[in-house]
Amino acid sequence: MTTDTMNGNGRTTGRGIGLAAMRGLALALVSLPGAVLCFCLSLVSIALIPIGIGIVTTPYVLTGVRAFANSRRVLAAEWGGVRITPAYRPLPKDANPWARTFGMLRDPATWRDLRWLPVDMTAGFVTALLPAALLLYPLEGFALAIGLWRVFPDGYWYGFVPVTGQASAFGAAALGAVLLFLAHFLTPRLLGFHFRLTRAVLGSNQRELAERVRFLTETRRDAVDASAAELRRIERDLHDGAQARLVAVGMDLGTIEALLDKDPAQAKELIAQARKSSVEALSELRELVRGIHPPVLAERGLGDAVRALALRLPVATEVSVDLPGRAQAPVESAAYFAVSEVLANAVKHSGADRIWIDLHRADGMLRATVTDNGKGGAVIGAGSGLAGVERRLGTFDGVLAVSSPAGGPTMVTMEIPCA
Amino acid sequence: MRVVLAEDLFLLRDGLVRLLQAHGFEIAAAVESGPELAAALAELDPDVAVVDVRLPPTHTDEGLQCALGARRQRPGLPVLVLSQHVEQLYARELLADGTGGVGYLLKDRVFDAEQFVDAVRRVAAGGTAMDPQVIQQLLARRSGDDRPLARLTPREREVLELMAQGRSNAAIAGKLVVTERAIAKHTANIFAKLGLEVSDDDNRRVLAVLAYLDHGR
Repeated sequence: MTTDTMNGNGRTTGRGIGLAAMRGLALALVSLPGAVLCFCLSLVSIALIPIGIGIVTTPYVLTGVRAFANSRRVLAAEWGGVRITPAYRPLPKDANPWARTFGMLRDPATWRDLRWLPVDMTAGFVTALLPAALLLYPLEGFALAIGLWRVFPDGYWYGFVPVTGQASAFGAAALGAVLLFLAHFLTPRLLGFHFRLTRAVLGSNQRELAERVRFLTETRRDAVDASAAELRRIERDLHDGAQARLVAVGMDLGTIEALLDKDPAQAKELIAQARKSSVEALSELRELVRGIHPPVLAERGLGDAVRALALRLPVATEVSVDLPGRAQAPVESAAYFAVSEVLANAVKHSGADRIWIDLHRADGMLRATVTDNGKGGAVIGAGSGLAGVERRLGTFDGVLAVSSPAGGPTMVTMEIPCA
Repeated sequence: MRVVLAEDLFLLRDGLVRLLQAHGFEIAAAVESGPELAAALAELDPDVAVVDVRLPPTHTDEGLQCALGARRQRPGLPVLVLSQHVEQLYARELLADGTGGVGYLLKDRVFDAEQFVDAVRRVAAGGTAMDPQVIQQLLARRSGDDRPLARLTPREREVLELMAQGRSNAAIAGKLVVTERAIAKHTANIFAKLGLEVSDDDNRRVLAVLAYLDHGR
């Protein structure tokens, strides 16, 4: 997915090695104080939240941490070819400090940042410094061989070589040459390792994201398909039903106009017919509206809409509702139609003579349970109404669970997040 | 007879005002929102209120809530609720206090001016006027199982339906083109089969029927 070595094809040049070393050195010099400063400020600021000061300062400090982490993301991409996706949750622009502070603290990305800081000031610092050291240290060996050894009359350890005279200084140079040879291979890799380490700690879970994207794509396609089919149905119903009837009313009125003087009796008959057509058109429109968004749902919300639904069932139904406030309209609508479909299934197939509906909301979840005392055996599968319900709920990240042993009873539980 | 009218659509409001005036009602006020309705009901003390369920500012069931609120202030205040759709839930809420003088009709019923005006008069007199759709839903719900309703003859079911709408024996007789005595016989049979107390009071009759339909499982 990303290239991890400096110049992509694995071939390293002398200039590339020098560049990697310089970059490593720069990274080490900036990351250590930066990470320490960010980490300390964050700790202090979060610790001060209970006495109120932290609520004001934390958003600023965390914004600084994000800027620091983002600068590292940019460097990782530019210098190491390692892409680290930032995944911060958006905050409303006009949020007060309280909402900003806790909004940021609830974001897992914030905690990834804070976890990354100590890693960066230790392992990150070392892996950034090593490429530079690997290139600079051999230079010292050569310098010793050229004559630097004279500065240390009491002897000097270069690596594992004790430098006491020109001969051993040449040994140091040889070691330097070996190190330089190693650096040729290792420097870019070490820097790449540094960025991969950063990604491992700082990056969000890519697989999880990919999985989520796949799921959302699928449910969006379902939703688009379903709404397109719904629109076609509405168009067809309007065209064949109410619209046709209104046209008939118009024609009747035209005929009545012509007949009014000639044949009042027949005109009167036609008036009655026109009125009947208009009443039928209205009742068809009413049915259509009920199918799109039931009026009682718009007027009273989910609880009473389900109660009203239960009143129309031919089976004795008990409804218990515990819904503080109202959920968003699309969520309410999805829940209503899901419950409605499950109830229709229960009435049609279960052979039950009692149904219990329970609606409640807790922990940001809207949960609807439909239980009947019928003969059971309901399954979610291709072609069953429950599969449609499951798709409908899927659009809202909702889930459907069915417990229906043969012989009954059947219990269908639906859950939709509605934070 | 003084009427307070609440309807947010200008065309319908205008039409209702003219319709009611043509039939000799006095329009005390014709308002278009919930708060205006509440104020008018409190100040004008009308003989009957004709109210649309859905009113501004909330465009939900503001009109119904206003009517129920006004009836709590003044028990028995006659209220006829009009709606674009009928919902049993609302019908029950209107009937719940058991004092009568309530009506709940589809707006379409206005098409039949005579029937509509008759319903307004019945409600103003303390009777009830339930939309046939409410009653049909209730009856349809019961007919599926072998409960007492299934023992009614088709004619008796017709009579029960009209009775539950709030009509008197005379009106039912007129509608079915039979004598009033025949209706009296039918109603006695119905009450016997359903196990309801016989009562001469029109209003209590409807409440008894609805109570049966509601709880007589």
